[in-house]
Amino acid sequence: MGKFSRLGNDLYTGRKSIDFVGRTRLWYTISGLIIVAAILGLYFRGLNFGLEFRGGAQFTVSMDSSQVTQDNADKLRNAVADTGIPSTQQVVVTTAGRNSILIETEPLTPVESVQVQNTIEQTVNVTKADISTDEIGPSWGKEVAKRSIIGLIVFLILVVLLIWGYFRQWKMSVAAIVALAHDLIITIGIYALSGFEVTPATVTGVLTILGFSLYDTVVVFDKVRENTKNLRASHMTYAEAANLAVNQTLVRSINTSIVALIPVGAILYVGAVQLGSGALKDLALALFVGMAAGAYSSIFIATPLLAHMKSREADVQELEKRLKARRRHEVDRYASVPTYTDDMPITSDPDAAPAAGREEAPAAARTGGNRPTPNTDPTGRGRVAPQPRGPVRPSSSSGRVQPTRQSRSKRGKK
Amino acid sequence: MARTSARPGRTVTVFFIGLALAYVLVAVVGTWKPALGLDLEGGTQITLTAKGSVSKDNLNEAANIIDSRVNGSGVTEAAVTTQGNNQIVVQIPGNTSNNLIQTVVRQAQLRFRLVAQVAPTTPTPTPPAPSSSPTTGLPVPPTSTPKAQKSGQPKAKQSKQTGKNRPPALLGKKNLAPDTKKKNKNKPSNKPSQSPTQSPTQGAAPTSTSEVTYTAQNQQAFQDALTWQTSPDPQSVAVYNAFTCPAKTPVVDDPTIPLVTCSQDVDPNTGQYTKYLLSPALIEGTSITSASAGIPQNQVQWAVNLQLDGKGSDEQRRLSQAMAGDQSKTFAIVLDGKVISAPFFQGVIAGGTSQITGNFTEDEAKSLATSLKYGALPITFDKSKQTIQQIGPSLAGDQLTAGITAGIAGLLLVMIYCLFYYRGLGLVVIASLLVAGATTYAMVLLLAKTAGFTLTLPGIAGLIVAVGITADSFIVFFERIRDEMRSGKSMRVAVEAGWVRARATCVAADSVSILAAVVLYIFAAGVVKGFAFALGLSTVIDLAVFFWFTHPMVSWLARFPFFYKGHKLSGLDAENLGLDRLPAGGRA
Repeated sequence: MGKFSRLGNDLYTGRKSIDFVGRTRLWYTISGLIIVAAILGLYFRGLNFGLEFRGGAQFTVSMDSSQVTQDNADKLRNAVADTGIPSTQQVVVTTAGRNSILIETEPLTPVESVQVQNTIEQTVNVTKADISTDEIGPSWGKEVAKRSIIGLIVFLILVVLLIWGYFRQWKMSVAAIVALAHDLIITIGIYALSGFEVTPATVTGVLTILGFSLYDTVVVFDKVRENTKNLRASHMTYAEAANLAVNQTLVRSINTSIVALIPVGAILYVGAVQLGSGALKDLALALFVGMAAGAYSSIFIATPLLAHMKSREADVQELEKRLKARRRHEVDRYASVPTYTDDMPITSDPDAAPAAGREEAPAAARTGGNRPTPNTDPTGRGRVAPQPRGPVRPSSSSGRVQPTRQSRSKRGKK
Repeated sequence: MARTSARPGRTVTVFFIGLALAYVLVAVVGTWKPALGLDLEGGTQITLTAKGSVSKDNLNEAANIIDSRVNGSGVTEAAVTTQGNNQIVVQIPGNTSNNLIQTVVRQAQLRFRLVAQVAPTTPTPTPPAPSSSPTTGLPVPPTSTPKAQKSGQPKAKQSKQTGKNRPPALLGKKNLAPDTKKKNKNKPSNKPSQSPTQSPTQGAAPTSTSEVTYTAQNQQAFQDALTWQTSPDPQSVAVYNAFTCPAKTPVVDDPTIPLVTCSQDVDPNTGQYTKYLLSPALIEGTSITSASAGIPQNQVQWAVNLQLDGKGSDEQRRLSQAMAGDQSKTFAIVLDGKVISAPFFQGVIAGGTSQITGNFTEDEAKSLATSLKYGALPITFDKSKQTIQQIGPSLAGDQLTAGITAGIAGLLLVMIYCLFYYRGLGLVVIASLLVAGATTYAMVLLLAKTAGFTLTLPGIAGLIVAVGITADSFIVFFERIRDEMRSGKSMRVAVEAGWVRARATCVAADSVSILAAVVLYIFAAGVVKGFAFALGLSTVIDLAVFFWFTHPMVSWLARFPFFYKGHKLSGLDAENLGLDRLPAGGRA
């Protein structure tokens, strides 16, 4: 633990730094591949919608009231789920009233229906006459889906406005939404690829991710904003400040992810491994994937994307150039001072000297003069660089009458 | 916040008093077990069968409306499905009251009509001839018009007089009642030739309004409802006179033609039903934008308040301008073919607000308001085929225990991790989580009683997951404190400086969560609504605990040398922070 803490301190001071922002191309590629896989899965395999979305078949088993027990319902559930018919994997069995048990499955073919009826007969000792079959409609009709989607759209619009209002930077909103879309696509893609059933519990899980992903991104962005507030004073480019912010919140991100994922992982394990089916598994998978993706995207997608978008801004670019020039200057402060040699010709006309001051410059140029020439190529692109220091800002006391220290003879006598 | 940090003990005390009050409320309410949802505990299943054949679209629309009604506040997590091509199955968690069933089944077709004539009738058995014919609208064939006109006209005048002198519980009314009754008895003698031939056809298809044959001339008569109110057409009056209450078959309410119907309840003063001759509907129930139950000022009876949309309120203003102040001119609020109240306008109503008063109990008023709010059902249900049965939980018993076991195991792991990483501060995390858990449990219990909040398995899982999000605010806070200490502040200063920064971060991040919850709650339906509610609840509790428990606790702990001197187990020692030497505080 001590090492981890030491790492926390190093990350905080910037002594140790992981370059999250610089290696954008790598992260984009990784995420791009995952998303392509998710979309392909979605396209070719599609989502496996559950009973609640598609409707299905209902078997009403009439039996003696002494037989209508939760035990028998559980027995029926296991028996019907074990028939091997894909549509009955997510069977819902409930006791209804005093003398019947309801069994609901996804739509069945007639052959499958007979098979299920036979299973029911064998399990609880009833005859065909006691079983009635019905068709049921979806409880999650189009209307519910439509309203949820409207709600989602309204939420996204408001969230863009909220983040913009809080951070005062629409680019942060865009980056947060992109990260959110990234998480959602990955989660839905995992559902398509794994073939887990989409139930209302899944939808609940996906909506939780919505909040969690944005929450995570906002926490990181808050640090980014804090670090980039006074870039001039901290002598950092925007990308560097953002990277430092990610590094500084890294310990928090790891801790939060661990704390959030442990309970979900426990539920997922119990739901998928021990129980094998049911609402727990559906919910926990969505949460687990979504939260992991949310933590990943806030670090590897949202912040690099933000820095990337920011680097197009004029003042950010100018600051970047200035810092570059400054750092170059700092590495070798006398780089632009020509080296003197004995009996070096001294020219009187400084303008005749070509703009060069480098070792590798042609000899003719070096003989041009001994005047220090300005470094014209700090960015490597042959353009005239800005001064390493920005223009002098008016001091904060300007415009006010400043106290002056009078000579002793003029000071008030006490 | 300076004050809070100065007296952390006070904030914590106030917070605990609040929590204790919540539990006192729970004790008053008297339920210590949260209401469990359909999947965990089962509930009531109501199967409704539509009358006649209905289209798939109508059935789905009805299912949606019923869904809105039962999930009115959105936290019940009931399930509504269509079954076959004419059935709707409603599953409601827990034991359902009769009122809730009423709320579901009621068609809630509300219309405003003008009262042309009104008379009390005794709920005594009535002669067979009129009772068989009374159902719908006005089945008088055009051939009878001249005759009815002659006999109808004087009667109309008389009835109008009764209407005019009619403050609801006037004695004179009783005197008049036999009068009208006698005339009613006259009526059959008036048209014995028709009733035998007519009543069978009508009795056969009482739901069809096409049976009613109005001549163009008669239709002209009720085009302008205000004139018609004072001088109704004779055809309608004839049917009205033949009518007795209570109607044997339900009245069919066609908005385009006049209606003869009864009051919903007997007049408490006279013990009689009142029958009405009503104009075609002027304001339809579709104009209602919202409905709520409440007690109007200076009154003791519950009433249902309605708000009408632009079209409805324009019409209402027009009517009230024409009728205001005249107590003889009343209008009727007709619900599912029965008059629930027939008030007069005291003044011009411009705002489109309206009130239904009747002998409502609180529950009835709330049930009616809920039914009205989500619109009328496009279909009616056959009461005889309605079944209500108890259903068991849809999830196996092992799912709940497994879920809870997994959750508790997960929580223990989280606590161990926090203790391991944050050491002394980990105790604060654990205490905060316990306090948050206690608060959530109290809220769930209270909301189960007041708003019908039920816990489903996804709900429980959601609450367990919320632990992770709750713990995050503490982690953000502690990391901030450590960051501040790394930049050279003593613990006591670092706590306050870190608090200011962490507070801003957490409020920003949590407001995103709350926004998600509120928007989804407003727009979504069904399970999503319940989930949004749970999410909003846990986020608000997270903020409350963070502000009023965690921060004061840390401020308080910062006074102990164990923490500010950086004991090895405090989680804030130099080695743990990764520093060589701990920054010295004021007293250190």
